[in-house]
Amino acid sequence: MIRRLLISTLVATACWAGAANAGKDDNTLNVAFTNEIATLDNYQESGREGLILARLLYDNLVSKNLETGEFEPELAESYELISDDVIEFKIRQGVKFHNGETLTADDVAYTLNLVSSPEYNARYQIAVEWIDSVEKVDENTVRLKMTHPYPLALEMLAGNLPIYPKAYYEEAGPSGMATKPIGSGPYKLVEQTQGVRFVLEKFEDYFEDSPKGMPSIDRIVVRILPEANTQYAELLNGSLDWIWRVPPDDAANLERQPSLEVKSAEIMRFAYMSFNPQFNGGDTPIADARVRRAINHAINRTAIKDALVGGASQIINSACNPIQFGCATDVTEYEYDPDKARALLAEAGYESGFTMDLMIASLPTVQAEAIAADLARVGITLNLNPQQYGSAVTTWRENRAPLFLLNWGSYGVGDVGLSTSQFFGGTGDDVVKNPELIKILQEADTSMDRDRRAELYADALEIIADEAYWVPLWTYSVFTAQNADLELSLQPDEFVQIYSASWK
Amino acid sequence: MLQYTLRRLASAVILMLFVSFVAFALVFTAGDPAASIAGEGGTAADAERIRSVYGFDRPLVLQYASWLGRVLQGDLGQSIYFNQPVTSILIERFQATMLLGVLALCFALLLAIPLGIAAGRWPNSIVDRVALLFAVVGQAMPTFWFALLLIILFSVTFPILPTSGGETWRHMILPTIVLGYFAAPAIMRLTRSGMIAALETDFIRTARAMGIPSSKILSSYALRNALLPVVSLAAAQFGFMLAGSVVVESVFAIHGAGRLVWESILRSDLPTIQALVLCFSMFYVVLTLVADIINAWLDPRIRDA
Repeated sequence: MIRRLLISTLVATACWAGAANAGKDDNTLNVAFTNEIATLDNYQESGREGLILARLLYDNLVSKNLETGEFEPELAESYELISDDVIEFKIRQGVKFHNGETLTADDVAYTLNLVSSPEYNARYQIAVEWIDSVEKVDENTVRLKMTHPYPLALEMLAGNLPIYPKAYYEEAGPSGMATKPIGSGPYKLVEQTQGVRFVLEKFEDYFEDSPKGMPSIDRIVVRILPEANTQYAELLNGSLDWIWRVPPDDAANLERQPSLEVKSAEIMRFAYMSFNPQFNGGDTPIADARVRRAINHAINRTAIKDALVGGASQIINSACNPIQFGCATDVTEYEYDPDKARALLAEAGYESGFTMDLMIASLPTVQAEAIAADLARVGITLNLNPQQYGSAVTTWRENRAPLFLLNWGSYGVGDVGLSTSQFFGGTGDDVVKNPELIKILQEADTSMDRDRRAELYADALEIIADEAYWVPLWTYSVFTAQNADLELSLQPDEFVQIYSASWK
Repeated sequence: MLQYTLRRLASAVILMLFVSFVAFALVFTAGDPAASIAGEGGTAADAERIRSVYGFDRPLVLQYASWLGRVLQGDLGQSIYFNQPVTSILIERFQATMLLGVLALCFALLLAIPLGIAAGRWPNSIVDRVALLFAVVGQAMPTFWFALLLIILFSVTFPILPTSGGETWRHMILPTIVLGYFAAPAIMRLTRSGMIAALETDFIRTARAMGIPSSKILSSYALRNALLPVVSLAAAQFGFMLAGSVVVESVFAIHGAGRLVWESILRSDLPTIQALVLCFSMFYVVLTLVADIINAWLDPRIRDA
């Protein structure tokens, strides 16, 4: 209430203040994030914002064109799959690092061997653990050997495995890379206040054929503004040009400002409710598939999504995001039907319902309350238990909760190998441990045949839907609010391509 | 006096140790630090690896003992989140917080003490009523709300002051006003009641009877007595401003220590949390000590006791 009042006041007063257009005039893009950034050393950062900045500073061997789904050469001029577990890369000639050194095959081999070694302790092991070794074949060729055939190799190499300058890293070490990072990317860092303020400048010697394109804006200033209302105020007085993750209500208010443009884009993240059939040694109502199906029927997902989620979000029926590779959507659907839900509950022997705990993390409690209200109508009482993310996932992994409501972003990778397999493939995050699913998914995760993989994932998703191990809910969308003169759009992987920004 | 001070210091050290152990244990009760460090999207295997890298799988008492051992050698450790020495981060963040705290305290004292004196000198007058209004508004208005109102007024409607950051003195104006105004009412009310009580005492009556000018009575005799509790309160308020300025720091994007506490707890950055807890408890100990010394200077009776 107070929030809404405030933003209305903000918008109303700004109308007669007249927003200055500072950013466009001096060709500086002012960006704000809410969350602090730990480090610009890509392999030690876990937050999305830091990884977005890393993509300004560093380049990768390949990059993924999100419109065509194709992998385009970036620092590699070309690449070739020599066998199921070896890729050969021809390294582009004449690419410069920010310190003037030339990028060579040595830098590539050094970086990838370094970050994939267990002692290096990369934050996201999933990005590096499939690399066995990388060797230099000649001055402009390297060969990457995988620990096992890994179908997501190119997905990982596109954006998640930037190349560091060997000589500089050996001299400056990890702390030098964190304070004065050197890459070959379209922007170089000129100034930083650890965690909270970063100034980047266009790299004049950037290579012309990059799929990232030549940078157009001279200077990018990134600041951390923890309070959303402060961000809105700065957006209105012109000292900010771009913010993201704006809540839907505020987005609607900001949209009325002529100097601003509000955009919404569907992203890879999705929300879901997961069942743990093994909870309490399997002695719970949800160990029975009929009860899980009943719960699926009892939740009016469309109504909740329309009222509380908004934007470009969509309802999903399978345990993945339809924009991911392998996400089969022709699976069993559970339409909203409370009568059917009651009938299924009666059949399973729960006509008078039951009570159960629902753990929630990283999802607004109001959405959980709406779900609880729907289930109350068929006799199921949910006790809501909101938790910090860290403690919630541990509780879940240790089989100490029956129901878990959360979201998953698949690391921004458009392949179900990083969503469905993560939760049903027998990993530490798999609480269902269905042997049939584990077998199918393990084959899919190590097959290099795209069609075969698609087939296997479809089989797995069909079983998951039939058994109703999840209540798949909806995909997420993100709102950005930006200077109306700014050209910058959002990609589904949530890695905002700030380097492609330009003025209209 | 010396023995008294030493005894107080010894109990302060025990207190600090106790506080730091409780803080240490609380991080573990609040959830699994390994999972929160792994972040959203960290897998079970990531959490397992972090647990063994940072030794979270060892018994709590053992972990605390090894932390304490390093601290006694002057090593506060590495921040898990920033991968940098905690000391360098603390120095950077405390500069902002200290500056803001000192400015806000000065602002609060300059505003509250004259108002309190006036209100105490003329109780129930119009001056007193205005001062009361000022105090009630200051206490009742949430700081974030006041902060946002000032931002709307001075940065959006009349864009004359910067909204966020702490780079120049102009950046510090709005946060100083907000934080100082929040601390002012209590100081003002205490000064007022202290003045009223002091002005009713026998020695003031005697002073008046001796024909000492009333301005001198106010400033030299009454105020000196009225200020005793105010000094203790101001010291406590200053401690609060350092540790509790998180709201003001958030709104104005001043990345100080208050904000760092909050962020570090969310990130389960144990070495940073521990260092901050230690610093803050040390501040309170030092501030209380300083307040006692100032009081002793103000009041010879305390000095001799």
